[in-house]
Amino acid sequence: MNQPALAVRCENVVKTYVAGGQKVTALRGIDLDISTGELMMLVGPSGCGKTTLISVIAGILDQDEGSCEVFGEDFLHMRSRDKLGFRARNIGFVFQAYNLLPTLNAAENVAIPLIINGVKRQEAQRMATQVLETVGLGERVGSLPSQLSGGQQQRVAIARALVHSPRLIVCDEPTSALDHETGHHVMALLKAVALHRDRALVIVTHDARIFDFADRIAQMDDGRIVKVVDSATAL
Amino acid sequence: MNYIALKMLMGDRGKYLGIVMGLTFASLIMTQQPAIFLGLMTRSFSFVSDVGLPDIWVMDAKVQFVDDIKPMQDTELYRVRGVSGVEWAVPLYKGLLKARLANGTFQTCNVIGLDDATLIGGPPVMLEGRLEDLRRSDGVIVDIDGATDKLAKPPASPGGKPIPLKIGDTLELNDRRAIVVGIAKVTRTFQSQPVLYTTYSRATTYAPRERKLLSFVLVKAKRGEDLQVLNRRIRETTGLAAYTQSEFKKLTYNYFMKNTGIPINFGISVTLGFIVGAAIAGQTFYNFTLENLRQFGVLKAMGAGNWTLLRMILLQAILVGTIGYGLGVGLTALFGYSMRNTILAFKFPWQLLVFSGAGVTLICIFAALISIRKVIQLEPAVVFKG
Repeated sequence: MNQPALAVRCENVVKTYVAGGQKVTALRGIDLDISTGELMMLVGPSGCGKTTLISVIAGILDQDEGSCEVFGEDFLHMRSRDKLGFRARNIGFVFQAYNLLPTLNAAENVAIPLIINGVKRQEAQRMATQVLETVGLGERVGSLPSQLSGGQQQRVAIARALVHSPRLIVCDEPTSALDHETGHHVMALLKAVALHRDRALVIVTHDARIFDFADRIAQMDDGRIVKVVDSATAL
Repeated sequence: MNYIALKMLMGDRGKYLGIVMGLTFASLIMTQQPAIFLGLMTRSFSFVSDVGLPDIWVMDAKVQFVDDIKPMQDTELYRVRGVSGVEWAVPLYKGLLKARLANGTFQTCNVIGLDDATLIGGPPVMLEGRLEDLRRSDGVIVDIDGATDKLAKPPASPGGKPIPLKIGDTLELNDRRAIVVGIAKVTRTFQSQPVLYTTYSRATTYAPRERKLLSFVLVKAKRGEDLQVLNRRIRETTGLAAYTQSEFKKLTYNYFMKNTGIPINFGISVTLGFIVGAAIAGQTFYNFTLENLRQFGVLKAMGAGNWTLLRMILLQAILVGTIGYGLGVGLTALFGYSMRNTILAFKFPWQLLVFSGAGVTLICIFAALISIRKVIQLEPAVVFKG
């Protein structure tokens, strides 16, 4: 049987910000490997660098030192246009605050990544409707975000992250705005429909109730990964 | 992405209408005020426009504009007729005289005295009566606006409507009787005074006794004659000033531009309209972009480039600009149409559409630029901030 491929390889990643005139080192030499077919959770206290790390992994922030390869490509060495194209094709996003465009309905929101990738609007909306059916929102394709519950909005966001079949999905606190039961449903859905052997999921979370969904958990503190464990009980 | 841009724009009805209203206001001010200005300025030379037949206007060398009458001796007419290249030359009297109305009040009128033989220089449109009726004893032709307004007879009963002058009614000009023999339509003049047409000889009897009474000599050039050459010849031969119709209009227009506060007043209105429109539309559009910054960040994170976002913002700006411009221009046209029968001056040439179009475009470019700057500087990582 084939070994899973490496989706993400971070080596000695360092990222420093200047905030309020002071240098703040958010990442202090991160080493992390994530394989395809794996759901990796990044956990740790606020300000430990989780969000900075997924920003670097997703290619929306450049590291200062080290390398971070996603499917063998380091964003740092890409031209701006190539980076955009790579991100548009290969990365799906699920955000804490859903970040759905409030004036677009569910199908139109889900269709955005396809449109960015050059798919015609009608075709993109047809594909978006199919993915919405997969996440159980086939009846709500025409609903605006304001007409959907928090759980439904997050399911739309998951559909949006999946619609263009990316190879890496990064999720930032996907359950923090949801109650326990809804959060559990969302995670079950995410794992069921998003995770497969060619795709990796990276989830940043504080929510200990969802740790059981992880294949591995990387605990961070003060810009470093302090340990990587296989189950929540080992934390 | 165009569809997404439009949905983003129109989805926020309040902001969308705010931007459109700002641009409509700017466009309205940038067309309505100049239209009134142009209407006024056109009125300054409306009399010259109404007298279409002559090629050249001859007058005293010191005349600065059409109402700046500096009378010449009648003999100047014969000197002009003597210049080679002149087909014909006729005299024209133009002066302000007081008419005594039926109720005993006085009204200053613009009295035009036409050549007795040819009646050249008469009103462009006769509504009642005929131009030739001026040859009848004491005959005058009154313009319709004057007849229905300033020269109208008092109402039959108190509080009623004034009774318009009609053919057969009489006026008193400088203690002499004038009988209305016709009603004409003329272009309103700058001062909007009633216009009375009569013959040259009769006009000189109405006018106060002066040694010189000839206001203008109207000249027709011989066929094939170069008007500039003939102008120069008339000037050199007579020492008078000679202008083609368009030159005389320009002279009058320039006088009003240089010597009245009209251009400054209207210029200030238009500039203020532009600034207020730009401020309203620019700030609302900028706020709209700021409020959507997170959404632009999401699009950026998903792989939409700066160029794509720039195109989206430009499309939004073009759309609101086009709608605002259309509404503003439409309202101006509606304003002009509704005021067509009033004393208000209004002229709306195509150049004004171009001018206001350029103004609205500038506002939209300004609004889009400040918004685009913000979006281009946006870090897509903003989307991970709760």
